[in-house]
Amino acid sequence: MKAFRSVTSHAAVLDRPDVDTDQIVPKQFLKRIERTGFGEFLFFDWRKDPAFELNRPEAEGARILLAGRNFGCGSSREHAAWALQDWGFETVVAPSFGDIFRQNSLKIGLLPVQLATAQVKELMDRARAGEELTVDLEARTAGGYPFELDDFSRECLLGGLDEIALTLRHEDALAAYEAAHSAPISTL
Amino acid sequence: MGRTLFDKVWESHVVRREAGRPDLLWIDLHLVHEVTSPQAFEGLRLAGRAVRRPDLTLATMDHNVPTGDDTPIDPLSERQLEALRRNCAEFGVPVHATGSGREGIVHVIGPELGLTQPGLTVVCGDSHTSTHGAFGALAIGIGTSEVEHVLATQTLPQRKPRSLRIRFEGDLAPGVTAKDMVLAAIGGIGVDGGVGHVIEYAGPAIEALSMESRMTICNMSIEAGARAGMIAPDETTFAYLEGRPGAPAAGVEWERALDRWRALPTDQDAVFDREVEIDVSAIRPQVTWGTNPGMVVGIDGEVPDPAELDDPDERAAAERALAYMALEPGTPMRAIAVDRVFIGSCTNSRIEDLRAAAAVVRGRRVHPSVRAMVVPGSATVKRAAEAEGLDRVFVEAGFEWRRAGCSMCLGMNPDVLAAGERCASTSNRNFEGRQGAGGRTHLVSPAVAAATAITGRIADVGDLLEAVPA
Repeated sequence: MKAFRSVTSHAAVLDRPDVDTDQIVPKQFLKRIERTGFGEFLFFDWRKDPAFELNRPEAEGARILLAGRNFGCGSSREHAAWALQDWGFETVVAPSFGDIFRQNSLKIGLLPVQLATAQVKELMDRARAGEELTVDLEARTAGGYPFELDDFSRECLLGGLDEIALTLRHEDALAAYEAAHSAPISTL
Repeated sequence: MGRTLFDKVWESHVVRREAGRPDLLWIDLHLVHEVTSPQAFEGLRLAGRAVRRPDLTLATMDHNVPTGDDTPIDPLSERQLEALRRNCAEFGVPVHATGSGREGIVHVIGPELGLTQPGLTVVCGDSHTSTHGAFGALAIGIGTSEVEHVLATQTLPQRKPRSLRIRFEGDLAPGVTAKDMVLAAIGGIGVDGGVGHVIEYAGPAIEALSMESRMTICNMSIEAGARAGMIAPDETTFAYLEGRPGAPAAGVEWERALDRWRALPTDQDAVFDREVEIDVSAIRPQVTWGTNPGMVVGIDGEVPDPAELDDPDERAAAERALAYMALEPGTPMRAIAVDRVFIGSCTNSRIEDLRAAAAVVRGRRVHPSVRAMVVPGSATVKRAAEAEGLDRVFVEAGFEWRRAGCSMCLGMNPDVLAAGERCASTSNRNFEGRQGAGGRTHLVSPAVAAATAITGRIADVGDLLEAVPA
């Protein structure tokens, strides 16, 4: 996983609620078996509209995305998080996220930051005025606002840790559970 | 204090608990399909890891497969299916491959094999994994990184979500189905109303439902943003499971399983973080008008006017949705003409759904301006329907009868809407472009989809009875 500490950048503003992962990366691009190169498919259909938020010159090169509530709802496709990261975003700041998208983002080092709606709107105003924002995971602040993230997720992100390796450190606990519980099913 | 069904399943699967960390949950059943797994297997390969429990893992091919008898598969899809074949062979994972006669939509085959059982934890790299909660399992949709984690460890680190109980009181009116119940619930609590929660669906109207209908309800939990949806197991659940190949063997094993399962339902004095009550007697057949499943009205209603919405974000979203859907506020839902009808998807492609649709179309003809297709949820459902003659009912009415798969629910295969085409669909998402770029989707029940195919406009069964036969 890509480590995340802090990013300072101008921000792209996508002030729409309920942006689903079908919009973030449409289904025709899910046939690839690679994990990389999804950035060019980000918001594939919406980007055909010259007025789309990410087509504006001020969004160019932004590493912070400010978004509306319930961002990333819908399909579990991790390709959505991959596409945002591959495009160049390092963090998404929104009033709320789809649960699976949020999980997927945490697993790859794309930091999902949840702030109150009024705070996100205020950051959007500042971004539109051309202000650079800082999202700092060590301090847990975004544009000066404190945000919550559990210590474990923060540690994993700061260190870019391999969560599978962390789990496998507890082989004794896994083996003990397996020994104590006979499997109720078998797929073989 | 009493415990909820969700509490009981969660607590019995904690492998490791440490303050400040997510619980490490054991996973009893991991379902895999071609689209969200290749990168996970590649991750295992790169790290030199094995699949810990192939015997608790099952793969199928569903998202990409063509459903026409002679439709060729595109090279990219074929490459993805080939990757799944290769990965399953290399890692020892059983696979229900296309053409094996055992393939189907991942959320249809788990239950029909009897592998989805009460009290289990089930995961799959697919958001509609919530379907399996209909059996009293805790079933969670996950992303590819988590798929890799489960393949390698058979566990998943999870923070416990909050609990929400939705009680459905009263009796359903004739012609109103589980699909209408869940769409009405999503319309009520909103597409983010369940975020961070596991929903338990309860109440007499749930208890009266078949397993197929319960699966339809749990399937769409994710459309309310929920982590999972669950229904307490009861005699209906046990009767469905008894004798299925993956179910506990008759005799002592079955009796022991029943004892375990009967202890699962939520205790009387258990407390939920949130409770919602819905009177089902007021629910009419539901039809979506917009671009998410919460944008929904009863079939007697009309396209709403965004100007009447107070919240500026919601108003803008509704305006955008109507522009995309090419609909005017105030249009009666029944006045909306469709080009296509799709009966299928993990929401509504089981045998009961096909029977409901067939009962409506029997002896009638699809409207000349409509192209209508039925896609069974699995090869097994297809065979069962053919044994009952349902395929002939559909074909004689002018429907296309196709092979099993996800098909036009998400249009990863050649079954897609053309730009501007409008479809009445029994699937679960009406997002922009979901069924094909520029396509317009109205989510409905199988009965409404079937009636709509006949009249060419959004219709329910009652509309057909009133019409004079030609």
